[in-house]
Amino acid sequence: MLPHELTPANFTAYPPEARQLAVKQIALLQRLPLAFLPLLLRELIVYDWKFPAERADLGRQFTYLGTLAAGPFQTAMSAFAQLKLARELEQTDWVSSPAVFSEKLSAHLWATHQIDAFSAAAVDYVRKASAPPRSGDASGDDAAALPTHRLGIAVIGQGVAKSDYRLFRKLRPQGVYFTQVKHAGGVQVLLDAAAARAKAHPVPYGHWYIDGGHIDAGYTHGSDSLAVSGGITRISYDALSAPRALLQNRMQKTYESAVFDPEAFRTMLAQIKPGEAGLNSGGDSVLNRFQLSLLTEGSGTQVFSTTFVQWAAREALRRAQPLTIVTRSAPRQRENQMNELLAEHQRKPELDPEGSLIDADMGAYYTWVNQQRLPGEEKSAFLAWFEDHGEAVAIAPKLERGKRSDSAVELAELIAQIA
Amino acid sequence: MRLADLKARSPHEISQAISLSRRNFLRTVTGAGSAAAFFGPAALRGMSVPKNRKAVVVTFGGGARDDETFMPDGQENIPHLLNELMPQATFLTNVVNQGILGHYVATASIVTGVYETFNNFAAVSPNNPTVFEYFRKDLKRPATDAWVVAPSNGFARIGESANKLYGPGLGAGVILPKRLLAAALSSASDGARYQHLLRDNYETPLYAPSLAGRQIELDQMAEVLKLSVDDFAAHARNLVSPDELSVYIARQLMRQLSPSLLWITLHDIDIAHSGTFSLYLDGIKRSDRLCAELWQAIQKDPEYANKTTMFILPDFGRDSDIDSGGNGFQHHRTGDALSRTTWMMVLGPDVKQNVVVDRRVESTDLIPTLGAYFGFDARLSTGKPIAEVA
Repeated sequence: MLPHELTPANFTAYPPEARQLAVKQIALLQRLPLAFLPLLLRELIVYDWKFPAERADLGRQFTYLGTLAAGPFQTAMSAFAQLKLARELEQTDWVSSPAVFSEKLSAHLWATHQIDAFSAAAVDYVRKASAPPRSGDASGDDAAALPTHRLGIAVIGQGVAKSDYRLFRKLRPQGVYFTQVKHAGGVQVLLDAAAARAKAHPVPYGHWYIDGGHIDAGYTHGSDSLAVSGGITRISYDALSAPRALLQNRMQKTYESAVFDPEAFRTMLAQIKPGEAGLNSGGDSVLNRFQLSLLTEGSGTQVFSTTFVQWAAREALRRAQPLTIVTRSAPRQRENQMNELLAEHQRKPELDPEGSLIDADMGAYYTWVNQQRLPGEEKSAFLAWFEDHGEAVAIAPKLERGKRSDSAVELAELIAQIA
Repeated sequence: MRLADLKARSPHEISQAISLSRRNFLRTVTGAGSAAAFFGPAALRGMSVPKNRKAVVVTFGGGARDDETFMPDGQENIPHLLNELMPQATFLTNVVNQGILGHYVATASIVTGVYETFNNFAAVSPNNPTVFEYFRKDLKRPATDAWVVAPSNGFARIGESANKLYGPGLGAGVILPKRLLAAALSSASDGARYQHLLRDNYETPLYAPSLAGRQIELDQMAEVLKLSVDDFAAHARNLVSPDELSVYIARQLMRQLSPSLLWITLHDIDIAHSGTFSLYLDGIKRSDRLCAELWQAIQKDPEYANKTTMFILPDFGRDSDIDSGGNGFQHHRTGDALSRTTWMMVLGPDVKQNVVVDRRVESTDLIPTLGAYFGFDARLSTGKPIAEVA
């Protein structure tokens, strides 16, 4: 089937809100080239479980495409329309299974040396279609519309007494490297700062806390508890142990089987419903879907907690575009043969705190990079702290770049400066 | 450098910047000079080809980025490449891979000198003749003179192509050390001690393709390598990684058969797909050490010393931190300039030492270069001989 043949009946299997939007936009969808449309449908088909920021982004794309006159519209789509597609792709059920189509399209583009042309077209499209409205528009620009600047906090190195690794090597040039941080109150100080922002700027999915271990139970810092105030979306590696165990069981069976079809395996993962994975409590279907996607679409997130934290932060920033994000890494299990890694839920694994510190150091840098990709990046702030140690890096517009401070400073004072 | 500064650069500019960074860094660290100061590309043409030349090619399956190798922060990860091998080598700073960035198909592209386009995860032979077929057919070399030691089961068919003019019987023997070890352990009671050596594929850790091809089986090992199953398993127990197992097998091949063309693909670096930066660094450090050990073994072996050229190159790079389509070092999916731009180090008796070549070459140029070196015609390759090292 080709795009111009689309009818509302093609979308009957879509979830309610996605179907409604598809039918509303069907005249536009019919005009899009085949190399482009299924990629848009891949986003649209999960509209019902998208974060507000993603819905707004999709809305911007429809507005951009819908308001282009015939000539500019053709220009905008010409790079996609010029791609040479295989006949087999047309015969794929790209309306009901746009993800399958996009995987096949990707393989085709690589094999036919068209991937660079596609990437260039995609980057250009995203830049134009997702651009915030110009300053002075009635809606104002995105950065100005933010209720406050963004703040990222990365806590790394839990359980490491001493390390010779040169920490924050990639973050230091971006801000001030502190060597004498007094950390009375520790993690709780940072979580309190995040909670204060959540209270002052209550935005759905606007404030996040991602932990590579557990959030509440079993941890105390001195006499403090790690209770987190409301308004913060919280996920953790330990809280997802049941879904991870289910996925690990399925992965292990696949791994041990004589014949394995990687495409069928990916499809199997993509078709798992949150309820099947035990993610139906609390009734937040958007968050349940998000958490499941971290485990089914991420690589290494199922078995390494440091990878889980980094990937979860990346996806939260990319999709939910939060105002505040706090990540805290925990020691991951030591490298092992895949069968052993997948059996993590069956026995207590040996941990690798030193390696986890290095993983998390890089993860903190990537969290900053991903935060800087969002609107308002010129006002954003970031703090990375070696847990229970005196090393930290603070990045903010008012802080000098590439500086080092050996003066004593309280962690609470530091976060207050940039929060 | 600000994020926005990098975003604004074109792939060509980034590729050039990568090359320039490598050259400047190497010049600072090793005092390396430019190739142009020594000779032009035409200088080596017409040289006679000695019959007893040998070549060892080492590819890193799972590219290592400059950030973790040839940039200042990466220096600590490659002390052997920088301090021991580079002063003896010609170093090409700008090797571009224009093909599909999957390890099997990319290695097949290097081996054939043509950008192969088959499914990376399919158990198929390359479509175009491999270097081993050109080498054996043109030079009438026996089967024992060309070998591949490959990291995962998916490489079982890398030794010979599906090309009708070459193909079955004309390629290289393929040794898959992990498969051999798995077979050796099938009846052993302490198999768990070796599990760390048996992981097959980091790119898709759950994928185990069916095997076909001219790989040697366990019962042939004693005959080919003069290595008993018991000795093999006992030695494996003391190794820490699959790449160490591969180099152990390669050295055994060198001792027993002294092949003139030996191809080794290391793969530990590709643990990066799990997202664990520290394990990725460990893989780089191990590859660095193993390359130096191989070069030392070549120098100590009378069959190889002073007549062997070693080529070291990653099959491609990894995604940059800046491309939003990727996730930095973890994968090689974006096709951005950093993931396509890599390097090659060449050492040998006829190779200029401590020299840096900046001009752009492609990874498909290696096979025609080997053709010029050995005296065979890689007639279907789309690459060109790299005159500075041919």
